[in-house]
Amino acid sequence: MQKLLQLPVNAVNIVKGVQGVTQGQEEALSPVLTPDSGPQNWYSAVQPEELRHLRSGGTEDRSALEEGLNSVQTQPLRHDDLKEMLDSNKDSLKLEAMKRIVAMIARGKNASDLFPAVVKNVACKNIEVKKLVYVYLVRYAEEQQDLALLSISTFQRGLKDPNQLIRASALRVLSSIRVTIIVPIMMLAIKEAASDMSPYVRKTAAHAIPKLHSLDPEQKDQLIEVIEKLLADKTTLVAGSVVMAFEEVCPDRIDLIHKNYRKLCNLLIDVEEWGQVVIINMLTRYARTQFLNPNINESLLEENSEKAFYASDDEEEEDKKAEPATLAKRKPYVMDPDHRLLLRNTKPLLQSRNAAVVMAVAQLYFHLAPKAEVGIIAKALVRLMRSHSEVQYVVLQNVATMSIKRRGMFEPYLKSFYIRSTDPTQIKVLKLEVLTNLANETNISTILREFQTYIKSMDKDFVAASIQAIGRCATNIGEVRDTCLNGLVQLLSNRDELVVAESVVVIKKLLQMQPEQHSDIIKHMAKLIDNIQVPMARASILWLIGEYCEHVPKIAPDVLRKMAKSFTNEEDIVKLQIINLAAKLYLTNSKQSKLLTQYVLNLAKYDQNYDIRDRARFIRQLIVPTDKSGALSKYAKKLFLALKPAPVLESPFKDRDHFQLGSLSHLLNAKAAGYQELPNWPESAPDPSVRNVEIPDWSKCSSRKDRKEKKVEKPFYSDSEGESGPTESADSESDSGSGSASASGSDESGSGSESEESGEETESDEEEEDEEEEKKKRKKLDKTKAKKQCIINFDQFDMNKITSVFSQTLAPSGSIKMYELLHRIKGEGLAVEYCFSRQPFSPEPNMVAVQIQFTNNTNSETKNLHIEDPRLQSGMRIREFAEIDVLAAGESVTVVMGIDFCDSTQAANFQLCTHTRKFFVSIQPPVGELMTPAFLTENDFKKEQGKLMGMNEILEKLTLGEKCVNEHVIVERVTATANLSRVPCGSDKECRFAGKTVSSGCLVLVTVTTKEGGGAQLTVNCEKMLIGTMLVKDILQALSQ
Amino acid sequence: MPVLDITLKDNALIMIHSLFLINNAGDLFLEKHWKSVISRSVCDYFFEAREKAVEPDNVPPVIRTPHHYLINIYREKIFFVSVIQTEVPPLFVIEFLHRVAETFQDYFGECSESTIKDNVVIVYELLEEMLDNGFPLATESNILKELIRPPTILRSMVNTITGSSNVGETLPTGQLSTIPWRRAGVKYTNNEAYFDVVEEIDAILDKSGTTVFAEIQGVIDACVKLSGMPDLTLSFMNPRLLDDVSFHPCVRYKRWESERVISFVPPDGNFQLMSYHISAQNLVAIPVYVKQNISFFETGSSGRLDITVGPKQTMGKTVEGLVVTVHMPKVVLSANLNATQGTYNYDPVTKILVWDIGKLNPQKLPNLKGSLSLQSGAPKPEENPSLNIDLKIQQLAISGLKVNRLDMYGEKYKPFKGVKYVTKAGKFQVRT
Repeated sequence: MQKLLQLPVNAVNIVKGVQGVTQGQEEALSPVLTPDSGPQNWYSAVQPEELRHLRSGGTEDRSALEEGLNSVQTQPLRHDDLKEMLDSNKDSLKLEAMKRIVAMIARGKNASDLFPAVVKNVACKNIEVKKLVYVYLVRYAEEQQDLALLSISTFQRGLKDPNQLIRASALRVLSSIRVTIIVPIMMLAIKEAASDMSPYVRKTAAHAIPKLHSLDPEQKDQLIEVIEKLLADKTTLVAGSVVMAFEEVCPDRIDLIHKNYRKLCNLLIDVEEWGQVVIINMLTRYARTQFLNPNINESLLEENSEKAFYASDDEEEEDKKAEPATLAKRKPYVMDPDHRLLLRNTKPLLQSRNAAVVMAVAQLYFHLAPKAEVGIIAKALVRLMRSHSEVQYVVLQNVATMSIKRRGMFEPYLKSFYIRSTDPTQIKVLKLEVLTNLANETNISTILREFQTYIKSMDKDFVAASIQAIGRCATNIGEVRDTCLNGLVQLLSNRDELVVAESVVVIKKLLQMQPEQHSDIIKHMAKLIDNIQVPMARASILWLIGEYCEHVPKIAPDVLRKMAKSFTNEEDIVKLQIINLAAKLYLTNSKQSKLLTQYVLNLAKYDQNYDIRDRARFIRQLIVPTDKSGALSKYAKKLFLALKPAPVLESPFKDRDHFQLGSLSHLLNAKAAGYQELPNWPESAPDPSVRNVEIPDWSKCSSRKDRKEKKVEKPFYSDSEGESGPTESADSESDSGSGSASASGSDESGSGSESEESGEETESDEEEEDEEEEKKKRKKLDKTKAKKQCIINFDQFDMNKITSVFSQTLAPSGSIKMYELLHRIKGEGLAVEYCFSRQPFSPEPNMVAVQIQFTNNTNSETKNLHIEDPRLQSGMRIREFAEIDVLAAGESVTVVMGIDFCDSTQAANFQLCTHTRKFFVSIQPPVGELMTPAFLTENDFKKEQGKLMGMNEILEKLTLGEKCVNEHVIVERVTATANLSRVPCGSDKECRFAGKTVSSGCLVLVTVTTKEGGGAQLTVNCEKMLIGTMLVKDILQALSQ
Repeated sequence: MPVLDITLKDNALIMIHSLFLINNAGDLFLEKHWKSVISRSVCDYFFEAREKAVEPDNVPPVIRTPHHYLINIYREKIFFVSVIQTEVPPLFVIEFLHRVAETFQDYFGECSESTIKDNVVIVYELLEEMLDNGFPLATESNILKELIRPPTILRSMVNTITGSSNVGETLPTGQLSTIPWRRAGVKYTNNEAYFDVVEEIDAILDKSGTTVFAEIQGVIDACVKLSGMPDLTLSFMNPRLLDDVSFHPCVRYKRWESERVISFVPPDGNFQLMSYHISAQNLVAIPVYVKQNISFFETGSSGRLDITVGPKQTMGKTVEGLVVTVHMPKVVLSANLNATQGTYNYDPVTKILVWDIGKLNPQKLPNLKGSLSLQSGAPKPEENPSLNIDLKIQQLAISGLKVNRLDMYGEKYKPFKGVKYVTKAGKFQVRT
């Protein structure tokens, strides 16, 4: 307050007028950038009182601040003005302060001392202030962990906000605060958000998973549960984010994908661009583990250069030997319909405007498609080359790799790789690489003509690369070798020394292939030694003369003589070659060169470089015969003048395709951290039935809202995408693209032209049909049930089970919902259903009783039905039912098992085994089944409710559904949703229910208060907050229908 | 006071860790971190590469450092340098960085150092929304504009008076719909839809004027201001011309595949509807020819230059905005030329000769002629410099592509529709 009353010290400022002052102050006050609206706007709008306040704050600090500025912040700034503004109760002041602070952060200035002042404003009503506080918090929370904890409760409150944007941003910030102590809170928040009604919040939950995982990897198992849940989500918004989380947390859990594979394929086109990239990359890896190599037969017939694309070289060798045999042995390849589905649904994305998506699809086709179909990606990749130079750079790298294995693919686009003088050098070099890879007998003359123009370029690095490219063309294509050689020899008279030097190096390599015919070139080059100064070129010439000294017997000793003179002034690399030349001459023509050699060796003996000294010593021992010289010197000639294999000029991009294309590792040609190896194709395909999708059970359409949403939001794009029925799709093309790419493309468009509606309908029809079938079946079962229950074989069941079975028959069958555990299609005739019988499980009272009914729909016996290998969350337990020895054809049997879910809705996973097969199944309880009724009086209820206030109480307003007209319906709905008992109550406006959780016996109290006009309020009190919130959600849904 | 266990895991997988903006002079003027702060000293590796590259174009887009990877783009004289720690598709990052630059351009009119500095708070808010934990969250401009309103003078005035903010309070409708690019509840009094068909000719001509390589790159830019949820269909007279196309996500690809029409629910405002490619296989009309003679003499340290430009296949339209740019060899010190039309300018530092001709008059062909003086004693340049041509032809799509009609479904009003055609020279180079 004191400061507020102070008058401005500097009176001149006032005279100058508001603008002048503020601008001056702006500079002095804080070393930050001016905020967006410009200072004058803001300042002219504030009240005079505030202005004074500001000014006084500012002027006081001014000198200190200016000093700070001048001395580049040698002393920490105090930012008192900012603190004061943050403490004020005017939002506009706070906003201004936050804007300046954010600007400081942006410039990398330290603003950490403001933490206490900023964190206070985390609950500010003004949403922009709040957002900026979030920005600050995320930046500094790590450094100021204790203070950051002060803000947590605000976010926890935010997580329950009715506005989905606020819920989501609360979760975003909460999960971005990297403070280990809040890990449990984050975990809870993520779990809750994962089942939020808003897909946007669920998306945020998916984003939060990797954050939590990096903060505390020990949460991995729980996070995988959440990922599994979110993977089942059907909204496109969530798909990309959850796959991202999957890739970061558990990329090896390919089993989680099976069930969602077809859904992901079908949703793909509607997912946002960034998600598409992640999903496509993941599916590429998935497909490599699940499907067979589509080129498995063709690869045997391929020509040499294009062979061995997928198989390793060794294998190929073997294959070749056994070619006829294997060909005969191999079964005709039939593509898995799911493999085809992936290829078909990714193809339209080649037309995406996003280069990353196009690249992702291109690599998918390159790694997964039959050879005949890969060609379609070339056009799209060539299109990307028009994009920004960075995009061009990455695309060219990938094209370079592809063009080695699939030259034909890019040949029609040869001219698109022509080089302009304005291209950046790195692009030029890559284009050159591609052009070289594409060169063959037919186009070589065009390419060479093009290369000739490049050699004249002003960019010398590029010229050098062009010369090397010519060399590579010459080695690869025998027909043009002489032409190239002549061209290169002409370059030897070029004025630019670099060009000459590069030519020498390349010529040397070429000559090695056929030295006999070219002694005149060697002579020509020998003459050049006087002029060329580039060490590499000099060394190359010397090596050539030494190697082929027999072709130039007269010149060679003379060159050595010259070199001996200049020896001391040469570069190391040249010196070594001089020694080599001397040694070789000594061996072939010792008469003329003996003394010279001795001289050179003597010079080398005292050289500064130890390599040269070593070499001299070694060579002297080897070639100069002495008494002591060992056995080796006899072979000196053989050692030095052995026939050397000609160097192979290879593309640096050869074999880079063992890295997944489009990846960072591929670009760097080195494994980057976190790179997931692209697996080799399996020898035989794993069971494809794992991808069969279950008929949607409750867990998928649990929130009816979701379902509605799904119906409303018709996939925008996937419309015309031929809905590929997952099981039935008898794909006509599956016989591994024997037709050309274009033909198959048009085929597809033909077959895929069903309209969206029909696609959707067929799917839902299918569902309905299935449901109907279910009903029919159930009717049939009901009929036989009475019979069966009597037939129960007493030998097989102990008393407990019998009682429970019997008691089950007593329970009203209508109120109990059956869930599917194993569909008869998937179970190959064995159908398994289960329900929560709501009876106490007598052997273990803290287990939930699950009644399981097996029906054998096959016409043979099923034997030895039992449970194996339960995979459970820690703490969870299963009490298995006794093994069923025989289940005759067409019969059904019912058993009861107990599961301790530890009061969580985590699924219990286990294997259901028959004598022949094993099925992975899981039972996931709705929250309402995790409790048993508790009988309380009205007073007890109120007393217990009083104990469970605050955090343990969840209040929710709702509008009752049309049919919830009276108390009776409400009671029915609530008890159907949760296993609770009614508590007597005086008021008829209120219904109360009570129960205990099965596992830990925590009380669950539910109150529904109805109001006039269909409104109602739902209160749930429970010590276990998670149970409480989930229960609220379920009851809300039940009541609002 | 509890003792906090601070464990920082740097091995966490994350796509984009940090972003640094660096201007051409090498000043780092903005940094943003989506995870733990990475010291800006990591940029030293970038500066090293920058120095080595000489030209900003030549900086490798991916730079490897001992602990990080730097993926950068260069745009509008700004380097966007992102820090990556683990495997990520490089194009993913590059494309995202370009999207960031485009968003800035969209918001502030231009993407320059000064506008970024002026709007640093909005920039920060945008970056915060665009990326969550290094993974893109909202990049669609219609969504972003609902979350963070672009600055206008009027709005900043109103905000300061009313205290309202630039930040949206509810989730943008687009986020939840399957057409995230369109806002809900759009209303205009004048409903209009304009389409610009812009074609660029990429060509390489050799010394004698023969076409070495030519192709057409086209885009259709749209400015659609229509109320409600219009569903548009654009059809062409000759769609078979289009060789390869890429679409805005709003275009229904299968309709294109089967019927060759473009059916879409448009985003609100300006956007690029599609881009297409007409490849070298089809004969591409070259609108101008260039007669040139550039020679350097062995003696006397001088050279001669003579360039004439004339119309070739212009389809009866006028060629405008004709500019010839020549990158001269380093030894050329100055040029003493005479232009019959337009002005020329030789910059002895960058060695670039620019001849701005303007409109091409077929009756009187523009000519540039004169002498070049070279550094004395230096050897005569090996290669003659190539010419880059820039030009513009209004009311013409050089490929012959024509829009047939635009139909609107789903809304009742009658929109105003318009199509404009422009042809430009893209990478148009004449070798000498």
